[in-house]
Amino acid sequence: MPNLEHPAYPPATLLCLENLVPCRESQVSMLLSVFGERQHLSFPSIFIYGHTSSGKTYVMKTLLNTLQLPHVFVNCVEYFTSRLLLEEILIQLQNCSSEGKQASHVPCDTFNDFVRLFKQSIVSQNLQDQTLYVVLDRAEQLREMEANILPAFLRLQELTDRNVTVILLSEIVWEMFRPNTGCFEPFILYFPDYSIGHLQKILSQNHPPEYSADFYSAYINILLGVFYMVCRDLRELQHLAALNFSKYCEPVVRREAKERDTRKLWKNIEPHLKKAIQTVYLREISSSQWERLQSEEGEPGQIKGLSAHAHVELPYYSKFLLIAAYLASYNPVRTDKRFFLKHHGKIRKTNFMKKHEKTSNHLLGPKPFPLDRLLAILCSIVDNRVAPTANIFSQITSLVTLQLLSVVGNNDQLDGPRYKCTVSLDFIRAIARTVNFDIIKYLYDFL
Amino acid sequence: MSARSLSKGCFVFKPSPKKRKVSQTTVDYFREGSSDLEDSELRFATCQSLWKQVKSETQQIEEDLNKQLFDNLASFLRRCHSAFQEKTTEWTCRMKSREIPTAALVLGVNVTDHDFTFRSLSEFLQNSVTPYVALLEAKDCPGIKKLMQKLLGQLMNCCVDVDSSEEEDYEQVSRNRIRCSMTSLISWYESATKRTDSETPGKKRTSSRHCQSPPVVVIFKDMESFTTKVLQDFVVISSQHIGELPLVLIFGIATSPMIIHSLLPHSVSSLLCIELFQSLSCKDHLSTIIDKVLLTTQFPLKLSEKVLQVLINIFLYHDFSVQNFIKGFQLCIVEHFHSNPLSILCCQLEELKMRVNSLSHNQCENIRRLPSFRRYVESQVSEKQIALLTADSSLKETVQKLLEDLNVYHENYFPILRCLHVFTSFLPKYPLGKQIRELHCACLENRVWETEEYESSLQLARMLNKSDLETMLQKCVEILVSSPGKEFDEIVKKLKEFLTQFQKLEEVYQERDETISPQKELQKKTDLYHLQKTLLELKESRRSKKLTKFEMLRFEVVDHIDSLVRRYLVPADHKTLYEIVYFNTASVLREHLNAAPRIALHTALNNPYSYLKSEALKSDGGSISNKAPDICIAYKLHLECGRLINLVDWLEAFSTVVTAAEGPTADAASSDQVDDVIHARFIRAVSELELLGFIKPSKQKTDHVARLTWGGC
Repeated sequence: MPNLEHPAYPPATLLCLENLVPCRESQVSMLLSVFGERQHLSFPSIFIYGHTSSGKTYVMKTLLNTLQLPHVFVNCVEYFTSRLLLEEILIQLQNCSSEGKQASHVPCDTFNDFVRLFKQSIVSQNLQDQTLYVVLDRAEQLREMEANILPAFLRLQELTDRNVTVILLSEIVWEMFRPNTGCFEPFILYFPDYSIGHLQKILSQNHPPEYSADFYSAYINILLGVFYMVCRDLRELQHLAALNFSKYCEPVVRREAKERDTRKLWKNIEPHLKKAIQTVYLREISSSQWERLQSEEGEPGQIKGLSAHAHVELPYYSKFLLIAAYLASYNPVRTDKRFFLKHHGKIRKTNFMKKHEKTSNHLLGPKPFPLDRLLAILCSIVDNRVAPTANIFSQITSLVTLQLLSVVGNNDQLDGPRYKCTVSLDFIRAIARTVNFDIIKYLYDFL
Repeated sequence: MSARSLSKGCFVFKPSPKKRKVSQTTVDYFREGSSDLEDSELRFATCQSLWKQVKSETQQIEEDLNKQLFDNLASFLRRCHSAFQEKTTEWTCRMKSREIPTAALVLGVNVTDHDFTFRSLSEFLQNSVTPYVALLEAKDCPGIKKLMQKLLGQLMNCCVDVDSSEEEDYEQVSRNRIRCSMTSLISWYESATKRTDSETPGKKRTSSRHCQSPPVVVIFKDMESFTTKVLQDFVVISSQHIGELPLVLIFGIATSPMIIHSLLPHSVSSLLCIELFQSLSCKDHLSTIIDKVLLTTQFPLKLSEKVLQVLINIFLYHDFSVQNFIKGFQLCIVEHFHSNPLSILCCQLEELKMRVNSLSHNQCENIRRLPSFRRYVESQVSEKQIALLTADSSLKETVQKLLEDLNVYHENYFPILRCLHVFTSFLPKYPLGKQIRELHCACLENRVWETEEYESSLQLARMLNKSDLETMLQKCVEILVSSPGKEFDEIVKKLKEFLTQFQKLEEVYQERDETISPQKELQKKTDLYHLQKTLLELKESRRSKKLTKFEMLRFEVVDHIDSLVRRYLVPADHKTLYEIVYFNTASVLREHLNAAPRIALHTALNNPYSYLKSEALKSDGGSISNKAPDICIAYKLHLECGRLINLVDWLEAFSTVVTAAEGPTADAASSDQVDDVIHARFIRAVSELELLGFIKPSKQKTDHVARLTWGGC
């Protein structure tokens, strides 16, 4: 295990840092050597990437805080326009050393202003003699802003002529960032995913005070055995661990098992965790409901998950409109005659099937259809006569706002709008069943 | 100002003149166009007061229906953040990631009703849980920036409302410059809660109403219409600050909660702690409204079967909107009082006498013209007939009596209808409909006891078992006892008698129970021959079997119910003077509520007489008259064409029709050359048709336009 070493910092601080960032020692030591000593000029920009919850943000925050390096930490999702982002950096910079004193608000519209104000505040904060770190979390958002923002941040050191390092944190690779016009290449550092051993180690570290570390570690082992296949997100795992721990302890609390009785405890918790995969992990039921269920000893079946409420009640004609839209989306236009004309003659599927149509339309997804076709199909599948009233047309629009249909193309709506049906086969079958309409008989794919 | 339009365009809004010269009041509008001016002001006043009553009643019903849901939501809001505030030191709380509490509020597809629900919800929450409620709508939030602006604007405004108005101008100025970020929201929240804390001695009431740090509630009214990106960004941003800002989200969902998962990826939905809340189904809602508003004697105006059917059909077939149903009822009220001069008598019983006495001669004549009244007169003896037709005073006397009778009829009708509904709702397959409204319509339509469905339901009722019968009778007794009708004492007594007889039967049964029933014997038999034999015997015995006591009693009960139905559930249009209290013109309602623009346009263009009422246009159908407006001629000609229309042919046909009247001499002069004026008229007609959306220029063929409509209309 590489022990962190750096001449600029006292060993005690480094040891403390090492304890705080388990399994990321090599990355931290790499960063430390890039940073150098406080007054050293560092690399102008560093790009750190890695998968979700591989500790990028956490490591950066802990590193900068523990070593008490002057820094500015900004989340680019939160400050969604360049103006907000630049102003936030300036505000944080002003608060950097003088805690408590609320800085006055300075408008900053362009990067040019930013560079000027940035220089001023570095002077006013007495930061000339040490490296200032500007960390931009979720840096992929920078690509959505004005074209000059990303290249300018990459060479902020050069533009301001000050000792500053910009660190970009992102979940995607640098190749996706590089602008067409080219830019300064940052120093790239990769944070690999935590392995199962790492996860075990990190999760076991924070054991509850009432129980021993070994006991908790055994629990984490079981938890990872169940969840590792579906979820490697450290944050999520920690959350799940905290949620289900009380259930794990139950036999111990009731004195039915000892802390070392791992097998018995495993038997108790395993079905429970399996259930958790299907419910609370998918957010079918919320964590607080899950906890309530645990404490009430109830069956998790009592609270239905979100997907149990998939049924949608629709007005009568809306149902038929949706069915008609589904038919129009998944049947080729040629076959309308066969399905909706009374005396269509006998056309076998094999006869009128073209070569390319042998693939299932359901695999290809819904196709757009014009409004007229929808209304024509509607008239032929509804038993009584349908008058084209304003209500029917407004129902089509309502279905679009409910996202059951979607409009294709965005040109003038007077000019024959085209729609697509976005519901699934199961959904439409459930709808058709309520109006006694055998939709399978009308679908080309199932002929 | 906003302009809602189908197409893009430039809209001019002229500043509205500050004051109209003659400001017309609603009363004047009401009077205008009404066929006769009889008492229009009084009618208007009656109409208004009736509508006011109905409105407050429906609002009350809605509040009651929503109460359960709102209470659940409020307790959820109170609970979700208090848990964290209390035990922040506990291990589990430290370890758990802090999720944003989210209520998924499934409201059903009746989007038009949601506005009202959300308004009352936010009012309710502001009164009981937290002053900080923001309502967001998808159309205001195309991007995260707009969303934050809206959110901050609403929250900071509400703060101004709660507190004194001193700082209002300060807030006004700073709002434009305020940074739309979460940090400014947090600092605002901190200062706002601190301020209310320091003010607590002065404002004891507010502090007791709201908890120590009230949550900030953000309501997304129409979850489906929000774009994925906006929602994701907002959730991600707010999850970063959930520790400092107790935020609660409410997602208003019209379809199903699955939409959350389809809108938000797992990485984002894992930041939420979603609990589901479901509002009452809109169908139940409608049933309650009908039950409490239409099936009572509380309001003098009643709806006829056809009108009610139109309203219910619009609800069930088209929009599921209870608000629209109530609007439709409002239209019925206005239309009835507007169009029917006799509607002045459609009032509460207390005022009736005065109003009948003050009827003018004209009004008396109106009454005499009513078909139901004429039927009544014909059934009287001749002296009475003469008196009714000539003397206003005797007419008034009779009218008052008849209207009181009508009221008594209603007082009896509704309880008996409910009793019948109790019976029919127990029957398998519901031959007379599951809902009471269906039964009501059937009873209004014609004599219900003459229908096949009634016959079959009686048949079924004769096969009910004892416990069902008893519960039904019990329910009927409850209904009749609680109703104000005066004639029910007898019936109640009779029903109670039945009940006691049933109980007596039970005692008899217990005595007889010792004898082994043939069914039990049947179970003992194992070999096929004996089984067949016993079955045959059983059949024989059943055919010849005498009715048991229970069966006799059951027949009696059913017959009694039948007699009640025949006596009390007479259709309303058999009653004299029903026209006064029943709104009957369903066609007007249909025209207004279920408009058919395409058909109207077709009629206008195909048969201009129907709108222009000019004698010259009166045509006998098929032929195209040249007197018609140019657009009509062009429209009629284009109906005969296929998908693509040749403009030259069209022009030729057009000029032939237009010049037809001028005779063959004029034709010869300008042989094949089309007159410039006609050409211009044709071009104008065609471009008008294009504007109306019937045709569009086509690129498939030169000099052709494409038809956009199919069929006749």
